[in-house]
Amino acid sequence: MSLFNNFLFIGLPYAALVVFLIGTIYMYRSAKFKFSSLSSEFLEAKSLFWGSVPFHWGIIFLFFGHLIGLLIPGAVLAWNSVPLRMVVIEVTAFAFGISAFIGLINLIIRRKTNRRIWTVTSKMDLLVEILLLVEIFLGLWIAYEFRWGSSWFAAVLSPYIVSIFTLNPDISAAANLHWVIQAHIALAFVILLLIPFSRLVHLLVYPLHYLWRPYQRVIWYWGRKKVRDSNGTWSVSKAKNN
Amino acid sequence: MDVRAQISMVFHLDKCIGCHTCSIACKNIWTDRKGAEYMWWNNVETKPGTGYPTKWEDQSVYKGGWKKNFTGEISLRGSGKYKGLLNIFHNPHLPVIDDYYEPWTYKYTDLIESPEGDDQPTARPISLITGEPIDIKAGPNWDDDLSGTPDYARNDPNLASLSPAERDAMFQLERMAFFYLPRICNHCLNPACVASCPSGAIYKRGEDGVVLINQKVCRAWRMCVTACPYKKSYYNWHTGKSEKCILCYPRLEAGLAPACMHSCVGRIRYLGILLYDADKIKDAASANDDELISKQMNLILDPFDPEVIKDAKSNGVADTTINAAQYSPVYKFVKSWGLALPLHPEFRTLPMLFYVPPLLPVMASVTEQSKEQTEKFDSIAKVWNDKWLYDTSTEELWQNVERARFPLKYMANLLTGGDENSIKSVLKKLMAVRIHRRRVTVGDVSNQKADKVLSDVNLSSEMADAIYYLTSLAKFDDRFVIPPAHREQAIEMLEYTGDTRGSAGFGFKEKPSRIS
Repeated sequence: MSLFNNFLFIGLPYAALVVFLIGTIYMYRSAKFKFSSLSSEFLEAKSLFWGSVPFHWGIIFLFFGHLIGLLIPGAVLAWNSVPLRMVVIEVTAFAFGISAFIGLINLIIRRKTNRRIWTVTSKMDLLVEILLLVEIFLGLWIAYEFRWGSSWFAAVLSPYIVSIFTLNPDISAAANLHWVIQAHIALAFVILLLIPFSRLVHLLVYPLHYLWRPYQRVIWYWGRKKVRDSNGTWSVSKAKNN
Repeated sequence: MDVRAQISMVFHLDKCIGCHTCSIACKNIWTDRKGAEYMWWNNVETKPGTGYPTKWEDQSVYKGGWKKNFTGEISLRGSGKYKGLLNIFHNPHLPVIDDYYEPWTYKYTDLIESPEGDDQPTARPISLITGEPIDIKAGPNWDDDLSGTPDYARNDPNLASLSPAERDAMFQLERMAFFYLPRICNHCLNPACVASCPSGAIYKRGEDGVVLINQKVCRAWRMCVTACPYKKSYYNWHTGKSEKCILCYPRLEAGLAPACMHSCVGRIRYLGILLYDADKIKDAASANDDELISKQMNLILDPFDPEVIKDAKSNGVADTTINAAQYSPVYKFVKSWGLALPLHPEFRTLPMLFYVPPLLPVMASVTEQSKEQTEKFDSIAKVWNDKWLYDTSTEELWQNVERARFPLKYMANLLTGGDENSIKSVLKKLMAVRIHRRRVTVGDVSNQKADKVLSDVNLSSEMADAIYYLTSLAKFDDRFVIPPAHREQAIEMLEYTGDTRGSAGFGFKEKPSRIS
C-alpha cells in the first residue's frame, strides 16, 4: 500500500508538476497557434450560456477557494473559528460547486447533442470534460459527506501540498484519508498534467494584461526614424518584433 | 503634429455594377479554406438590404463600434476592458453562423454513383460544417438585386428614420431603385477591433495603416467580431482564430493592387496614400455627431504643404511615400474635391475607406405621382417618356437632386450619419460634373448655365474635367498609386542583418564556431 501511496502522493504530483511546467513552456514555444480554447460560441450561442457561465464562475470561485486554503490556512482556520462564518463559507462553496457541476453537465450535453459542436470536438476535449466532471462530483461528495472541509483541508491537506512544493514530501496525512478524498487529490494532479496539452491552456493566458494596455496598438516594423538618420550609429538592437 | 501614412481607398458607387468579381477574387486567394468558407472579406451588398451578416448596421443588436458617453469620452459599445473581460465566457452580442449563413456544398458524387433507378439523381446540399444534408435557408447575397424584399430590403436599418410613407414609396414597383455597396475592411484610424482585443493580437501597421490579426496571439476571445461595427472581423470556427481583410498586404508590398481592386470590372476602386495627423485622432473620434465628418477630413493633411512634408520626413515617412501621397487619387476624391464620404461615420472608428455616393438613382427621378406625370407613363409598358426622364437641362437645375428617387435621408443615414446637407452637396457636385461634360460632349447645355452650375458647387471647369477623367477614363496607374515598400529596408524589418554576417548561411543563425 505504501508503494501505491508513494506513487499517488509523491510520484504523480511531481510528474504532473514537471510535465505541466515543461509542457507549458514547450507548447507555448512550439505550438503557439494552439495555445487557446477553441470557442464554439460562434456555432451555437444560446445553450452555451447555460453551460459556460455557471461552470466558469463556479470553477473560478472554487479554484481561488482552494488556493486560499493552501496559501493562508491559518487565516481560514481563524475565520472558521466562528461556526456561523464557517457555515456561510461551506454553503457558498457548495453552491458554486453545484453551479460548476450543472454548467459542465450542460456543456457536455451540448457538445454531444449539437452536430455542429460535435464536429469541433476532439478526444482531448471529451477526456478533459469527463475528468473535470468526476473531479467536481468528488468534490461535492466530499463537501457533503466529510463536513467542514474548509477547516480540515486547511489543517490537514495544506501542510501536505506545501510539503510537496518545498520538496520535502510528507504524505502521512494524505495517506490516511478516505479514498474519495484521495481520488480527488490524485485526479487534480492528473488534470494539472493535462493542462498544457488540452484546451485548458486558456486559463494560463487569461488576458488580464488587457486592463493595463492602451486601447489602440500600432506596430512599426522598424524604427524608420533610425533608418533614415544617416548620422546615427549602426544600431545593435533588433526590431522589437523580430 | 504626428504625421503618418495610411493606405486608403475610394469606392465609386455610381460605377459599381454588382458583379461580385471582387468577392470571388478575394475568396479564391484568401478564404477558400475550412472554417473560412462563410467569410467574405470583400462582399457586395444590395442597398436597400439587410446586408451580411444580416442587419449588421443595427448596433442595438450587435453592439459594435464606439459610443460617446455623457462625459464626452468615447467607449466601446459592447466590449472593452471591463465588459469584454466579464463577458469572456459568453459574449451576448456575438453574431452566430446563422446570422451569416451556413456554408454548404453539393454531394456531387451522388450524380455518378447513384444506382440505376427511375428518377434522375440529384446532388443534395451538404453542410460544410457538419457534413450532413441541410435545408439551405440563406446564402451569400441572398438579397441580391432586391430579391426577397419583404424580408430583406424592408428591414434595412438605414430605413429606420424614414417615414412609413417614404418607405412605401421606395418599394413601389415603378419607383424601385437600388445600388450596390461593396465592402471590405475599412482599416480605420480608430479601429474598434484593435481596441477590443483582450490578447492584443490585432494591430495597426505603423507604416501603412493596414490592420492585421496575429494568428499566433489570437486566443479566440471573439471580442473583435462584436466590436467591429462593420462586422469585418470574422471568427474561424475551425482554427479558433479571428480573421479579417488584410488589404492583400503581400501584394501591396510588391507594388500590386489588392486582388479585389485589381479585378474590379467596373473600375470603381481607387487606392492611395493619405497623410494624416495622428495627434488629432482622439479629437476626431470623439467629435459631436454633426462634426464627425468635418473633423475626420481635418485629420487628413495636405501632402503639398511644406510644413506637412517636413514633419512627415522627420517622422520617418519615406520620400517615395510622400510623393505617392501627392499623386493619391484618394486624396483628390476625399479632400481636393470633397466627393467621397466614410461609411457610417457615426460608428466613430474613423474608417479610411471612402465612398462616392451613387447619383444614378437620383438622375432617374420620379417625383410625386401627379396627374400630369401619370400621363407621361406609357399606358402599356409603364415606362417614362425619355425626354422627361433625362431632362437634365431644365430650368430647375437641382430639382432632381432634391427630389431623388432614392430618399436623400437614406443616403445620409448611410454615409453622413444622417446629415442630408453634406450628401446633397456631394450629389450636386457629381451632377455639376455631368452637366459640364454634357456641355462639352453633347453641347445642348448653354455655357452660361453650365458655368453657373459649376460655380454653385465651387468647382472650376478644370476640376470638373479632372473629376471626369479620374472617374471615367483613369488608367490603372491613376487608380492605384502604391508607394514602394522599400525592400532595402524591409530586409531589416524582418531580420537583423548583422546576424547573417559570419554565420553559416541559410538555416543557421549562430556562428559556425564552438568556442566563442
